[in-house]
Order: sequence, then C-alpha cells, then structure tokens
Amino acid sequence: MHEMALCEGLVEALEEQAKAQGFGKVHTVWLEIGALSTVEPEAMLFNFDIVTHGTVAEDARLEIIPVEGKAWCMQCAEAVSVKRHGGGCPVCGSYQLQILDGQQMRIKQIEVA
Amino acid sequence: MCGICGCGDSLAVKAGHEHHHDHNHDHDQHDHAHDALHAHAPGLAITRMVQIEQDIMAKNQRYADANRRAFAARGLFVVNLVSSPGSGKTTLLVKTVEALKDKISVAVIEGDQQTGLDADRIKATGVPAWQINTGKGCHLDAHAVGHALEHLPAMQGGVLFIENVGNLVCPAGFDLGEAHKVVVLSTTEGEDKPLKYPDMFHAADLMILNKSDLLPYVDFDVAKAQTYAQQVHPGIEALTLSARSGEGLGAWFAWLLDGAVRAGNALADQRA
Repeated sequence: MHEMALCEGLVEALEEQAKAQGFGKVHTVWLEIGALSTVEPEAMLFNFDIVTHGTVAEDARLEIIPVEGKAWCMQCAEAVSVKRHGGGCPVCGSYQLQILDGQQMRIKQIEVA
Repeated sequence: MCGICGCGDSLAVKAGHEHHHDHNHDHDQHDHAHDALHAHAPGLAITRMVQIEQDIMAKNQRYADANRRAFAARGLFVVNLVSSPGSGKTTLLVKTVEALKDKISVAVIEGDQQTGLDADRIKATGVPAWQINTGKGCHLDAHAVGHALEHLPAMQGGVLFIENVGNLVCPAGFDLGEAHKVVVLSTTEGEDKPLKYPDMFHAADLMILNKSDLLPYVDFDVAKAQTYAQQVHPGIEALTLSARSGEGLGAWFAWLLDGAVRAGNALADQRA
C-alpha cells in the first residue's frame, strides 16, 4: 500500500530532475531495491504506471535492480548474505547480525529525452 | 501555499506541467532492449542517460530531519507508537498521559485514516492532542507530522507521542523525526508477529507486550515473542505490561521520563 507513496516520491524526484537537467521526457528509470528495504518490487511496478500518468515519466519503463541483503555476522566474523530481517546467518544460524547493505530504494539512473 | 515547507508549490508545478504532455508520437519506437550502456542507433529518438543516485525516500527524510531539529530545539523526547489495529495503543496512551501530565509536559499527535475519536480520548484527559486523518493513506509521513506540530501548544521539554496508523507494515519505512519507534504487540495477537512483520520490529527500539492481564486466558508465549523479536532486531528492548490493569506501567513511565531527561540535557548542553 505504501508503495503508492514511494512511487509518488520517485515521480517527484524525476520532475525535479527534469527541471534541473532540462529534459522533457523520461523513458526508463533504473531503481535499486534492496532485499531488506520496506518495499515490494511487484507493488512498485504496479503503482508506477498509475502514478506517472500526466507526468514527465508518463509511459516510462521502470527497471528494478535487486540488491542482495548483506550483514556482518558476529559469530562468523565476516559478511554474509541475508534474504530478510530475522532470517539468521546462512552459515552458522546466529541472529547476531549487523546489516551492511540491502536497505536502499534508490534511483540509479534514468534514460531521458 | 505553506510558508514553512512550500508544500503548495508541488501542486502548482504539476498543474503547470500538464500542457507539456500532449504528444502524439508512437512510443513503440522506444520499445527496445535497455541496459545501462545502451548506445542508440542513428535515426531513433535521441535519448541520454542521467546518473542521479537519489533515494526515493529523500523527500520524507528532509522533512523528518527538519522535525528532528525542531524537536531538539524544544528539548522534546518524541516516540512514534506503531502496532496493528487493536493492540491497545490509545488505551496505553491515555493511561500514560494521565500519569505523566503532572510531572512533565506531554502532547499527542494521533494518526488514523478517519475520525477524531482517538484525539478526543486524549483531550478528555486535559492533554493537548491533534488528529491527522490520512484518508486512504496507510501511514503517517514526516510532512504531515511537521504540520501537526503547528496545532499543538509550544512545548519546552517533555514527551511528544505520535500514535501512528494501526498497521504493522507501512509505517516501518517512514521516519517522522522521532527518537524511537515503539512497537506495541498485544497478547491477543500471535507471538510470531515479529517474524511475520520483521520490518517493523527491526525499525523499533522498544517492544511493548500489552494486555498482560489476559495472559492466563490466551496461548501467548512471552518468552517466544521476545526471542523472535531479538532474532529480527538483536538488542531490542522489551517491556511487558497491561494498560488496563496498570501492571508493568511503572517501567514504561520510567523509560519515558529517562528519555525526556536525556532530551532536556541534550538541549541544555547545546545551549551551554
């Protein structure tokens, strides 16, 4: 549900960039979404088409770049891959994990005209 | 237009832009394989790549940072109460503000999709409250909270409670400028909620297990709930209490008063 608000944030960022960088049309948006972020890629794709209507990004394509979750395992004393919060270390099973990467929801680049 | 954040501006921009979008070219011509290093063949519409590296939460974060500065300037300890609907957040808040209002300044911002019922319950205790109705919205955002502040009396020190929309999913992702998210889980829900809704329990710094008076009648395993919360968020604090019976409320009040003292000291240090 909140993906609608996130898509609106995305479109506002695109509108601001259009003004700042002088383009009139966005063709493609590459968006990094981390496995540990609070967003569901499918819901973003669904909402993007609705929210972009009548904006600089109308008919634009949203490409989602999934980013793996990474955490520091205190037991293993090394960085490990994690799929979600509370899943534990895939190597030793410990829950003493410090998140390193995978929480982002970040526009990486856009193709514009 | 809003004098503080200029929030009328974006509407004006949107209205002004509408006429630019009347175009009649065929978008199929752009329907080619895209990748970051794609080079366009001559003859196709000229496009270019723009690297922007921008967080889509950046706007909410700017408002949250502004709220945090406003809270710090007033020495306020701000907690954002989150939970599923029906966990007893409002009952807990009513009991809390009744107990604290003679000791320190307290105020409440209420968030619900509809009605002013919760703010009315708080106001009945004599404590100032402001209701935000999110309409179809599923969470409070930092912009709405910043404006809600304008409707509360100016406070110097004390605790500001923000009761979020009852929803264990969406409010997890929205920083409102609070010192802590506090997640309320009641014993009439399952102890597996931290595993089912890990984003929220990861975002919260304190978990309150409410309705402890019902423990003899429900199959809720307190130890398991705490274990699951620790799995999702190592180091999360936990308190078990009953807003209804009053059991365990003392530790919650102490936690709040300690936070209020720290917020007040931080302001005093800044001024010194």
